[in-house]
Amino acid sequence: MRHLIIGNGPTGLVAAETLRRLQPQADIVLIGDEAEPPYSRMAIPYFLQGGIGVDGTYLRKSPDHYAKRRIQLLQARVSWVDPVKKVIELADGKRERYDKLLIATGSHPVRPDVPGMDLPNVHTCWTLDDARAIAAKAKPGARVLQLGAGFIGCIIMEALAARGAKLTIVEMGDRMVPRMMTEKAGGMIKHWVERKGVSVHVNEAITAIEQQGDALVAKVSRGGTPIVADLVICAAGVRPNIGFLAGSGIEIGRGIRVDNHMQTSVADVYAAGDVVEAIGFHSGQPELNAIQPNAVDQARVAAHNMAGEATVSQGSLAINVLDTLGLISSSFGQWWGAKKEEGGTGVELVDEGNFRYLSLQFQDDVLIGATSLGWTEHVGVLRGLIQTRTRLGAWKDRLLADPTGFMAAYLGSAQKAA
Amino acid sequence: MQKSLHIDASKCTGCLQCEMACSYENYGVFNLAKSRIKVFNFEHEGRKVPYTCTQCAEAWCMNACPVDAIAINAATGAKVVNEAVCVGCKVCTIACPFGTVNYVADTGKVQKCDLCDGHPACAEACPTAAITFVDSDWTGLDKMRAWAGKTDTAARASA
Amino acid sequence: MAWTRKILRVDLSKGTCKAEPLNMEWAQLYLGQRGLATKYFVSEVDPKVDPLSPANKLIMTTGPLTGTPASTGGRYSVVTKGALTGAIACSNSGGYFGAELKFAGWDMIIFEGKSPKPVYLWIENDKAELRDAAHLWGKTTWQTEETIKKAHQDPQIRISSIGRAGENGVLYACVVNDLHRAAGRSGVGTVMGSKNLKAVAVRGTLGVGNLKDPKAFMAAAAAGKKVLAGNAVTGQGLPTYGTQVLMNVINEMGALPTRNHRDVQFEDARKISAEAMREKRPTDGKTHLVANSACFGCTIACGRISKIDETHFSVVNKPEYWGANGGLEYEAAWALGAANGVGDLEALQYANLICNEDGFDPISFGATVGAAMELFELGIIKKEQIGMDAPFGSAKALCELARMTAVGEGFGKELGMGSARLCAKYGKPELSMSVKGQEFPAYDSRGIQGMGLTYATSNRGACHLRSYTVASEVLGIPVKTDPLVTEGKADLVKAFQDATAVFDSAGICIFTSFAWSLADVQPQLDAACEGNWTMEKLGEVGERIWNMERQFNLAAGFTAKDDDLPPRLKTEPAKTGPAKGLVNGIDKMRPEYYKTRGWDAQGVPSKETLKRLGL
Ligand SMILES: Cc1cc2nc3c(=O)[nH]c(=O)nc-3n(C[C@H](O)[C@H](O)[C@H](O)COP(=O)(O)OP(=O)(O)OC[C@H]3O[C@@H](n4cnc5c(N)ncnc54)[C@H](O)[C@@H]3O)c2cc1C
Ligand code: SF4
Repeated sequence: MRHLIIGNGPTGLVAAETLRRLQPQADIVLIGDEAEPPYSRMAIPYFLQGGIGVDGTYLRKSPDHYAKRRIQLLQARVSWVDPVKKVIELADGKRERYDKLLIATGSHPVRPDVPGMDLPNVHTCWTLDDARAIAAKAKPGARVLQLGAGFIGCIIMEALAARGAKLTIVEMGDRMVPRMMTEKAGGMIKHWVERKGVSVHVNEAITAIEQQGDALVAKVSRGGTPIVADLVICAAGVRPNIGFLAGSGIEIGRGIRVDNHMQTSVADVYAAGDVVEAIGFHSGQPELNAIQPNAVDQARVAAHNMAGEATVSQGSLAINVLDTLGLISSSFGQWWGAKKEEGGTGVELVDEGNFRYLSLQFQDDVLIGATSLGWTEHVGVLRGLIQTRTRLGAWKDRLLADPTGFMAAYLGSAQKAA
Repeated sequence: MQKSLHIDASKCTGCLQCEMACSYENYGVFNLAKSRIKVFNFEHEGRKVPYTCTQCAEAWCMNACPVDAIAINAATGAKVVNEAVCVGCKVCTIACPFGTVNYVADTGKVQKCDLCDGHPACAEACPTAAITFVDSDWTGLDKMRAWAGKTDTAARASA
Repeated sequence: MAWTRKILRVDLSKGTCKAEPLNMEWAQLYLGQRGLATKYFVSEVDPKVDPLSPANKLIMTTGPLTGTPASTGGRYSVVTKGALTGAIACSNSGGYFGAELKFAGWDMIIFEGKSPKPVYLWIENDKAELRDAAHLWGKTTWQTEETIKKAHQDPQIRISSIGRAGENGVLYACVVNDLHRAAGRSGVGTVMGSKNLKAVAVRGTLGVGNLKDPKAFMAAAAAGKKVLAGNAVTGQGLPTYGTQVLMNVINEMGALPTRNHRDVQFEDARKISAEAMREKRPTDGKTHLVANSACFGCTIACGRISKIDETHFSVVNKPEYWGANGGLEYEAAWALGAANGVGDLEALQYANLICNEDGFDPISFGATVGAAMELFELGIIKKEQIGMDAPFGSAKALCELARMTAVGEGFGKELGMGSARLCAKYGKPELSMSVKGQEFPAYDSRGIQGMGLTYATSNRGACHLRSYTVASEVLGIPVKTDPLVTEGKADLVKAFQDATAVFDSAGICIFTSFAWSLADVQPQLDAACEGNWTMEKLGEVGERIWNMERQFNLAAGFTAKDDDLPPRLKTEPAKTGPAKGLVNGIDKMRPEYYKTRGWDAQGVPSKETLKRLGL
């Protein structure tokens, strides 16, 4: 049995390790095109901050980790997949045969179609190479303009602020982290970072960037004052890495379509992680969810199926935790709630002065989503309650009256502790 | 035979000696905010429920960690946070469906129960034997484990 | 360093909160909590001050062992000039609030002045601020806790608050924390209410560290816990039965004051005893008692958590009272029950719940109802005045009067004055079973002679917690003395008073003293606190505190005449039981006591005594 895994990020790696556990004898080849041992993009912000060195970003720390598990690492770029012949082709023309294939190529950042996005001091922040380049330029006091205040943008912002950069953020949406936070919570995060000295423009877009001497000047939509910066960081969203699959016959939407076994439309080809459009936990529809916990869960499901152990995923569930300059927020599942006609109810508790916020959303007596600000204790149970579809019974009304008791509700309903 | 914490909530009086013992063991101070075991008080029922990590087999925290900062202690089976490696990203805190991994702002790291290298301070401190450290077979954690299974999006046979 | 060395001074008139360093010289002389806070209080407040005026101050204080794993190390006290008594007041409470205050980094909070409008104090570690409490005014303590926790989005906040009784000027209002725990006596909650201070909410995440010798401390604390676990009272009696274990015992001794001390035995004592709390009710097949519960750090767990029978008249159609709630504890069960001749356990639980919910002392309330019932039976107060028939034994009257007192409705307003003022108003001052304006607790001093001296000389008015000679006279701790004689009681009372002052100043619960002597506390204190805490030093600290409190009271206008018992106890002999025919021998014990104390015949500490104690 020969397993090929394209992409050596967390998805590829966890799949490889799981396969090894399940099939001690199989050949496992992990292919990645970056010049690093498998590393974690999530660790990049901490690398940028200087909290860890490059080895701190490695997914596994011991040098003989892969050899010990007989996971073969191959640095190469895959350029084509032929599911009929069950081979893949590498950029150098070499071919590799597989019995089972996992595509875990992740995603790449997109650059808005705006003049000047290709200037040398305009960067995305996605790879270690990106991070090295940014670290060289984002000196204390440097003026940094960041496009996009999404989830990844906010994480990078934290690192840049820690480097002493003077930050300006431009976001097209009406608040910060619009795709993860409720209107209120996103607005509170904006207030918080503004109080910490970050200048935030929402409902605005950059229309062009020009080099003027050493500086970059960015034009702002609707005739706003142009923004001058030493460095521009683009965090305007990501897209799955699917280009090399054209013509392979594998069904693709915005990402690779998979069923709840993480299998693609083609036999013996699986896909997981940022690259897939997996079935949503609540929607039952294909969804893109480029987050790490999903990626590794999917990796495990895929690996089990590749090893012949039929295993289903319950569907992809967005869960996020964010630290914006010391304000910790989290969001879970269908945080925006469900329609009233469909049994949706919710509760929102706001303390703007102290930057505390909690929103719980229910469908019937089941928690389907949550958003929090300033909460760090036991937030994991929000995921637990959502993912197990625990019936809250009488606890639901108590939570509607006082959502802060979610831990008690969890113990009382899921653990039947009271 | 590996051992587990066994919790009998009906014996708990809510004295919080376990929480003090935990924070003292790990940080040298008495500080409930730094305890990895928590006693929840169900006022309405008059019940107190101690609660901490069960060292579940699924190890959500460990699998979610992007930098391999959580590892299994071979002797005790505990999933242990290596503070030197942890970058404080907090992903484990939302990945753990039991809510037993928590972020400590002071240290910039997360904390969870590590079974104190096989001598859990909480069990030692409990005056009523509501918390004991016993052979895993005896813990009756099955209920919780079963629930963990339900949470599992992965690694469950569909057959 | 068991002290945080930080005091928070809150000027309610100006709305300011300021940190200041703790006076460490005083800490060496007065230890902490009761002793140290009283030292601050007497140094800053005119003894003649009107307790309800802005010039009175109120101190919330922890001890050096508060917030440590010393068993019961979670206590805090409220020190002020008592609204009920006009004497120095120090009411001690368990629960979790005290430890949380310590974890936030504060040894004590001194409140001064009066806020122009209702406020609550919000403390988050070193951050402290006064916040508007308009929305909390008029709320019960339970609602207050819930509202604050929800508003701050933190279920782990600990809160001390006053209920409507404290707002309405009930003179024996208490400060309730953690729903069921209270700094109960002398009207400390009334003083808090007079300052427009509704609540103190604390979140402390700094913890307690840097004890003098942490290793030695952990060992000493563990040794102390072992002693408690091995003792019959603290290891078995209290955890199993709670303080209510005493009901049948004291009744059999003929020392259970009944119907305003007319009798010394209650025919229905069994029905309201610990044993009864554990029996299945015929109505719903459930026991009254649900669980026992501990305060912070307590390895005894005497606390009771109970549920009222949902079909009982007091709560029928009131599902908000069907949940578990605190009690019954012995003193409350007695005051609400035997003192009024009420033998209905559920009714007592209900009245007790109202006391907790709205923050007033069930001892003073129950005893005042007892006095009112006697006045009713004598025909001095009429049915129309009370609004109902209120003979001894009426559970209905008890429950309704509790509600009326909480909200200050009708006759409830008069009950809120306490028995001394009530009986005086109706021309029968001798019917108030009180000393210095504060009602007796649950031991009849005809059957337990030493308690008569305890009550008469207690610095905060009648009280069992200033020298619990019951321990010796009934339980034989540390040595058995004869409850029916006066001989030796002066020495006994002094010894208990001084030792108790140390327990109360350390941050631990006096109930440990069923098993612990000072010799068990000393190693814990010595390992925790900087300085050299020998037995001699602790003995002196206790005596110093007692004399300091005494001097404040003398300066406030109390005299030897106030160290006395109501005539009933001196002239009406016990009718039944082992003490049958006895009255209390206070007049014999008092002079002996003054002498033992080194006081003159007027009860004034001699110059030598003061000098010896450095006062
Ligand atoms: C700065 C930053 C911060 C983040 N923070 C968080 C966070 O806090 N929480 C969270 O949940 N998520 C976070 N993420 C997202 C998270 O990193 C991704 O969800 C995760 O990396 C997805 O893993 P993956 O293995 O699917 O893809 P990737 O990690 O992207 O790995 C895919 C690998 O495949 C390689 N590859 C792609 N195409 C080919 C090819 N044709 N041939 C060979 N190799 C190929 C890529 O080079 C890459 O090495 C963050 C991302 C970034 C950039
Ligand atoms: S917070 Fe630390 S232990 Fe948890 S996932 Fe992040 S790096 Fe790993």
